[in-house]
Amino acid sequence: MRKILVVVERSRGALDETAFELHSAAKELGEPAVAAVLMGEDLAAPKAELVRWFDEVHVFEDPRLAQPDGDFQARLLAPFVQREQPLATLVPHTNTGMELAPMLAARVDAPLIADAVTMEVAGETAGGHVRALRMVLAGKVQARVSATGGPCGVILSVRPGAFTPLDRPPEAGGTVHSEAVPADVSPRRRFVETVTPDPSAVDISQAEVLVAVGRGIEDEENLDEVRSLAEAMGAEVACTRPVVDKKWLEKSRQVGTSGVTVKPRVYLALGISGSFQHMGGIKGGPFIAAINKDPAAPIFDVADVGVVGDILDLVPLLEEKIRERKT
Amino acid sequence: MRSSWNARWPEHPAEQSVDAKALTERELMEIIVCIKRVPDVSEIEVELARDGRSIVTRDLDYDVNEWDNFAIEAAVQLKEAQGARVTAITVGDDDSEDVLRRALAMGVDDAVHLMDPAFEGSDAWGLATILHRAIADRPRDLVLTGAISADQARGQVGGMLAAMLDIPMVALVTDLAVEGGTTTVRHEVEGGLERIEQVDLPALLTVQTGMNEPRYVSIRGIRKVAKAEIPVLTAVDLGLDPATIGTGAVRVTEEGVSLPTRGGGGQILSGSADEVIAGLVDRLQQQGGF
Ligand SMILES: Cc1cc2nc3c(=O)[nH]c(=O)nc-3n(C[C@H](O)[C@H](O)[C@H](O)COP(=O)(O)OP(=O)(O)OC[C@H]3O[C@@H](n4cnc5c(N)ncnc54)[C@H](O)[C@@H]3O)c2cc1C
Ligand SMILES: Nc1ncnc2c1ncn2[C@@H]1O[C@H](COP(=O)(O)O)[C@@H](O)[C@H]1O
Repeated sequence: MRKILVVVERSRGALDETAFELHSAAKELGEPAVAAVLMGEDLAAPKAELVRWFDEVHVFEDPRLAQPDGDFQARLLAPFVQREQPLATLVPHTNTGMELAPMLAARVDAPLIADAVTMEVAGETAGGHVRALRMVLAGKVQARVSATGGPCGVILSVRPGAFTPLDRPPEAGGTVHSEAVPADVSPRRRFVETVTPDPSAVDISQAEVLVAVGRGIEDEENLDEVRSLAEAMGAEVACTRPVVDKKWLEKSRQVGTSGVTVKPRVYLALGISGSFQHMGGIKGGPFIAAINKDPAAPIFDVADVGVVGDILDLVPLLEEKIRERKT
Repeated sequence: MRSSWNARWPEHPAEQSVDAKALTERELMEIIVCIKRVPDVSEIEVELARDGRSIVTRDLDYDVNEWDNFAIEAAVQLKEAQGARVTAITVGDDDSEDVLRRALAMGVDDAVHLMDPAFEGSDAWGLATILHRAIADRPRDLVLTGAISADQARGQVGGMLAAMLDIPMVALVTDLAVEGGTTTVRHEVEGGLERIEQVDLPALLTVQTGMNEPRYVSIRGIRKVAKAEIPVLTAVDLGLDPATIGTGAVRVTEEGVSLPTRGGGGQILSGSADEVIAGLVDRLQQQGGF
C-alpha cells in the first residue's frame, strides 16, 4: 500500500504543532504507513521525537536548510516524492507551506488541495482518490473538493488547528532514513536576517482583557470610541490585520497567525469577521463576545455571546453602561 | 519592526543610487502583475445556487482582489522610483476588464485580458497554465501575484506559476527593493516573524497586504483610461491546447458547496439596543471583562 508523507515544519528550533496535527490528519486516509519528512540542521532532538510518532522518518540534514525556504524545499522534495510515489503528501498550510505546496505540485505534476480542513479517501477501493472540505469566500462557504492522484499521489496543504494531535505519541518506533539534497539542487534565495521586533512596542500578549477591533470600524477617527471603551473596561486595544494595513494601529496590536498570540480571559471582538488567521492568534479558550452587523459572520460560530448590530452605534452605548455599572 | 529594515534600505527607493539601466540587459525592468476580480461577501448573506455547486452572484459587488491591489501599487511605485514597464494580466470574463482599467488608472502601462470560453471553470492549475503561456515568452524581471485570492483562498496560482516558469519565488512579501538585477525582500515567516532575503531576477513574489498604501482610484482616473486599448488573448492566440485548461481539465474537482453548519457558537442576544447592551454588560461582568 502506498504511504502518506507528512512534511514536518519547525518553528523557532522546535517541532511545530502542525507535525502532530498532520499525523492525525494522515490517519483519516486509512491505514497506510505514515512517513515524516524533516528538513533542517541540528536535527537530533526533533528526529528522536518524530520516531515516536511516525512509521518512517526521512531526514534531510543540511546547513542550507537551517532557514525555511519553500522554493528550495519544493525543488529538493520533488525527486524524493517521485521516488516514494505516496498516496498523498500532507504539507501544513503555513507561510512556508504556501511556498512549498504549489511549487511541489507543479513540479511533480500532482493535484493540490489547498487549506483542507477534513480529508478522506473516497470509494471502497482505497486508490488515489481523495476528498476534502475547504473554506471559501471568507469562511462563509464550505466547498467539497476531490482529486485523483497520479504516480505522485495527491498533495494536500492542511489548515493548522484543523486536526487534533493525539495526547501522547503512539510509540511508533519509526525507522530513520537519511536523505541527501540532490547535487543539482541548491538554494536560489539568500538569507539576510530575521527582522527583530521593536522591543519598545506595546505588548498585548499578557493582557487579561482585550477589546479588539476589525475593518468594521470603517474610519480611523472611530477608533477613539474603541479606545475609550477599552479604558472604561481596563482593557488593551487589539485589532485585525486590515486595521494595521491601513496604519490605524500599530502592528504590535495585531492578533493572529502573522501577528501576536494572545491568551486573555475575555476577548471582545468589534466589527471582526472571524477569519481563521485572526482566530489562530487567540489561545487559551477565552470568553469571546462579538458585535457584528452581519448575522452570518463566522465570528458568531466561535463567540460565547453575540450581538448583531452596528458598532458605531453600540460601542458608545456599551461604554456608557459599563461606566454606570462600575459606579 | 521597521527599524532594522530602514537602516538598510531608505524609505524611498528613489534615494538609492540605483542605475535603472544597469538592472538588466534590457532598457527597462519589466514587471508583470497578475490580478483577479473577486466578489465582496463580507456583509452579505451568501445564498447557494440551485445546482448546489455555486453561489448566487447577482447583487454581489466585485472589485480587484485586495492582495493584488497591493501588488499593483508595489509595481507602480517601483516604476516611479527607478523606471519599469508594468503589465497587468487577468484571466477572466468580460466583466474582468474593470480590474484591468482600474490598474491602468493606478499607473500600469499595459493591460492584457486573457479571455476564452475554454478558460471557464479552470482550477488553480489551469489558471497558472494560462498565465504561464501568456508570460513565458514576454520579457519579465519581476512577476507579482497576490498571496491569496479572497474568494478561492487557495494561495496556489503564484507558486504554480513560478514552478512552471522555473523562476524562484518568495511568498508573503511585505517590502521590496530592486537593485542591479537582485531583489531584496522582506516577507512573513512563521511565528509572526519576518525575514529579509535576496533573490536574483527574474523572480516571482506573492504580495501580502499592508505592503504599501494603494493609491485611490477616482472615477475621473478611470475615465481617463476608458479608451485605452486592452488586447484580448484567447486559447488559440496563446497556442494553448483547450484540453489542458477549463472545466474539463481540472485536477481538483469542486463537487459542491454548502453553508457551514451554524449554531456552534453561543447565544445571540435579541431585543432593543438598550436590552442587548445590558445583556452584554452582564455577561462581560460575569466573566471578569471589567
Ligand atoms: C497569510 C495570511 C496571514 C494573515 N494573518 C492575519 C493576522 O495575523 N491577523 C488578522 O487579523 N488577519 C490576518 N490575515 C487576514 C485575514 O485573512 C482576514 O482578511 C482578516 O482577519 C479580516 O479582518 P476583519 O475581520 O477586520 O475584516 P473583514 O473580514 O472585512 O470583516 C469586517 C467585519 O466587520 C463587519 N462590519 C462592518 N461594518 C460594521 C459595523 N459598522 N458594525 C458592526 N460590524 C461591522 C462586517 O460584517 C464584517 O464581518 C491573514 C491573511 C493571510 C493570507
Ligand atoms: N484569474 C486570475 N487571473 C490572474 N491572476 C490570478 C487569477 N487567479 C488568481 N490569480 C493570481 O494568483 C493569486 C493567488 O490566487 P489563488 O491561488 O486563487 O489564491 C491572486 O492573488 C492573483 O494574483
